Amino acid sequence: MADTNFDVIVIGGGPGGYVAAIRAAQLGLKTALVEKEHLGGICLNWGCIPTKALLRSAEIYNHMKHASAFGLSVKGVDFDLTKIVERSRGISKQLNSGVGHLLKKNKVTVFDGFAKLLGDGKLSVEKDGKKVSDLTSKHIILATGARAKVFPGMEPDGKLVWTYREALVPKTMPKSLLVIGSGAIGIEFASFYMTLGADVTVVEVMPQIMPFEDAEISDIARKSMEKQGMKILTESMVKELKRGKDNVTVVVEKGGKKQEIVVDVVISAVGVTPNTESIGLEAAGVKLDERGFVAIDDYCQTSAKGIYAIGDVAGAPCLAHKASHEGVICVEKIAGEKGVHPLDKSRIPGCTYCNPQVASVGMTEQQAKDKGLDIKVGRFPFMGNGKAIALGEPEGLVKTIFDAKTGELLGAHMVGAEVTEMIQGFGIAKALETTEADLMHTVFPHPTLSEMMHESVLDAFGKAIHF
Amino acid sequence: MPIEILMPALSPTMTEGKLAKWLKNEGDTIESGDVLAEIETDKATMEVEAVDEGILGKIMVPDGTDAVQVNSLIALILEEDEDASALEGARANSATPAPAPAQSVAPAEASKVSTTPAPAAPSADGSRLFASPLARRIAADENLDLTQVAGTGPRGRIVKRDIEAALAAGTGKTAPAPTSAPAQTATAPAAVAPGVDDPIFAYSPEYESVPNTSMRKIIARRLTESARDIPHFNLQVDVEIDKLMETRKELNSRDGADYKISVNDFIVKAASLALKRVPDCNVAFTPDAILKFKQVDMAIAVAIEGGLITPIIKDAASKGLATLSAEAKELAGKARDGKLMPEEFQGGTFTISNLGMFGVKGFTSIINPPQGGILSVGAGEQRAVVKDGALAVATVMTLNLAVDHRCIDGAVGAAFIKELKALIEDPIALML
Repeated sequence: MADTNFDVIVIGGGPGGYVAAIRAAQLGLKTALVEKEHLGGICLNWGCIPTKALLRSAEIYNHMKHASAFGLSVKGVDFDLTKIVERSRGISKQLNSGVGHLLKKNKVTVFDGFAKLLGDGKLSVEKDGKKVSDLTSKHIILATGARAKVFPGMEPDGKLVWTYREALVPKTMPKSLLVIGSGAIGIEFASFYMTLGADVTVVEVMPQIMPFEDAEISDIARKSMEKQGMKILTESMVKELKRGKDNVTVVVEKGGKKQEIVVDVVISAVGVTPNTESIGLEAAGVKLDERGFVAIDDYCQTSAKGIYAIGDVAGAPCLAHKASHEGVICVEKIAGEKGVHPLDKSRIPGCTYCNPQVASVGMTEQQAKDKGLDIKVGRFPFMGNGKAIALGEPEGLVKTIFDAKTGELLGAHMVGAEVTEMIQGFGIAKALETTEADLMHTVFPHPTLSEMMHESVLDAFGKAIHF
Repeated sequence: MPIEILMPALSPTMTEGKLAKWLKNEGDTIESGDVLAEIETDKATMEVEAVDEGILGKIMVPDGTDAVQVNSLIALILEEDEDASALEGARANSATPAPAPAQSVAPAEASKVSTTPAPAAPSADGSRLFASPLARRIAADENLDLTQVAGTGPRGRIVKRDIEAALAAGTGKTAPAPTSAPAQTATAPAAVAPGVDDPIFAYSPEYESVPNTSMRKIIARRLTESARDIPHFNLQVDVEIDKLMETRKELNSRDGADYKISVNDFIVKAASLALKRVPDCNVAFTPDAILKFKQVDMAIAVAIEGGLITPIIKDAASKGLATLSAEAKELAGKARDGKLMPEEFQGGTFTISNLGMFGVKGFTSIINPPQGGILSVGAGEQRAVVKDGALAVATVMTLNLAVDHRCIDGAVGAAFIKELKALIEDPIALML
């Protein structure tokens, strides 16, 4: 008879759940993980990782098309969509089994099935509608994640209307495509399909694409993508999808005026909704917040004693790294570790891997102004950076926002090549509460793109050298 | 400009101290490292050491001054090229503290104090203070004393939210208001943040966190060591004190009596005599030898604000009741006023703790190391006793003796108890 009682049971094997389980096991807790589909969750199988694989193919393809600018001659540049998708799937598979190994190495017991809370620290695991196990634990962590939000009339059908799932495994290249929603998911697919030659339209209800980003950064990204051929409709709403045999007529309304756009495929990327159904939340007495996410305190404790929630199911921002961090905090608190601190959401960086990339941490300029803060803003363009020119990437901007009074780094926002790899410099700065003085005193290596981070800080205080 | 010597903070919670003694006179040449003065606080005497060289130009706070505020000017040192005229213009009022001392005195180690220039923000005990650059800047802008702020960041680092909390609570301001300083210190850290990051309190109700004073820390450390390391055993005895009460009444009502002897004074006298008669109980254990003291120095536990202290009556066995009583009274008063000199509370050979005035019937105490024993005195009360086969009423008191079994065995302890009982029940013998 297998063990059924654990110190900690984690429900969901995504980047929140599997990290929490490994940390719990490391701290000596007897840990189980219940996963209904595949270890690594959406992130690793149908999200962050496979999209990065696709976008890398698109990026290299784009470089090859512009090879002559680098003195290279490449003839007959083409791509094989099936192989691009195969590569992406292969990477997910590799990492998926990697997570399996990590869990095994750390002696986490993995249950394959769908968990349902029964209250009083009990839960059942079902597989294909049949109960396979009854488990008990003093500490149960919900890490069930989220899924694509669906608006009525825009339900995905897998053929004409896609979600991220279908968009990750296209069988043929659509000639034309309309993406509803310009958040990270929408804009990344838009960028991918556009680079591979599709005629792409993005529809966004807000006045800017990537609505959570700094307006100036968003505007630069928009202009760049429009230059590459993307059509972007902001303050516009998709009112209706008329599905034909091989195409969709999309009715888009802007300022009371309607227009019809005919495309091969529509990708719906209007956000995510938490997976809170049929997991027994009511039986366990777990309450939701006003937006439908599981309500938690600073240490991920829900309204029910002994039940915790981390990651997407516990609220925005729905990011893998937020989920992982919450998983660690939650488990360390359960284990009674010292020095556990709540997650400061103002310090979670966000990255979007469209072309050009966008990365940010902290407050936008508008948010700082809305708070009535007296701010200093620094800017440094890619055009002024030697490495950027050498890379052939002269488009982009590094923007920093400081509190004029205290020198606190309130926010940092970047658009351009490789900015997703640079933002963590400012993440550390925020975590350590550095002021502009510490950033100015830091030596940045030359020649790197990171010098722009330095210059942007200097510019905020009128000391930029190279611009 | 003469170099200012300021009253050092010798512990994180110290707000004032006694300038016990100047070891240098005005006009003396001062070398770096010279001990300038002695400062008394809590339970310790500390030395103030000079960092700078020069001539001790002026002593602003004379020997024996109590309650000198931390950071107030206590002396001026003239630099090489300065003469006495440089003293004019220097601050004359010694009561004015320096809000942000450039040349402050910060203790380097437990018993030495050096006049080092202040680093960015040293903690009051000289150890490194962890604070984020942002926290330091806001604190500097707001004249906030970082040593008064409890950090809640990683490993107790002071971060922005701690500063904001301190500012909101109005604590830790280094404003020039010496009279309000002690009150601030008492409440400051509590209001700022719990200061404890122990998950054991995760589900506790709301609490106020009162930082441990140095006295509290010493009590905690010494008694923990004692309870852990000393094999205590306990002997209990009931003593009848009717005769003692009568004798006391007689003595106190004598014409021209300028004393008022308490029951406790009798117990002190009796215990001291009993120790004299059973010297094997007046001992201390050390790993290599048992120290047999040739005199009874009796420590008496006195409850004071924020803790307790044990002032000592030296050679108590050879002192008369009136002398003992007067000394005990004086020491208790000094203890409550925090004016005990180190030699007045260090080095006793035995302790008496009396909780009788609270109606406690009997209790046991933890030995005050390195002493070998402690006597716990309960309340004197009328109890039914059997005398000659019949019930009678007597005033009875319960005494408990706790001894260190490493140096005092059961029979020796019992011998002391027997003597003690005999002396208390026949108080005339105390007069011998």
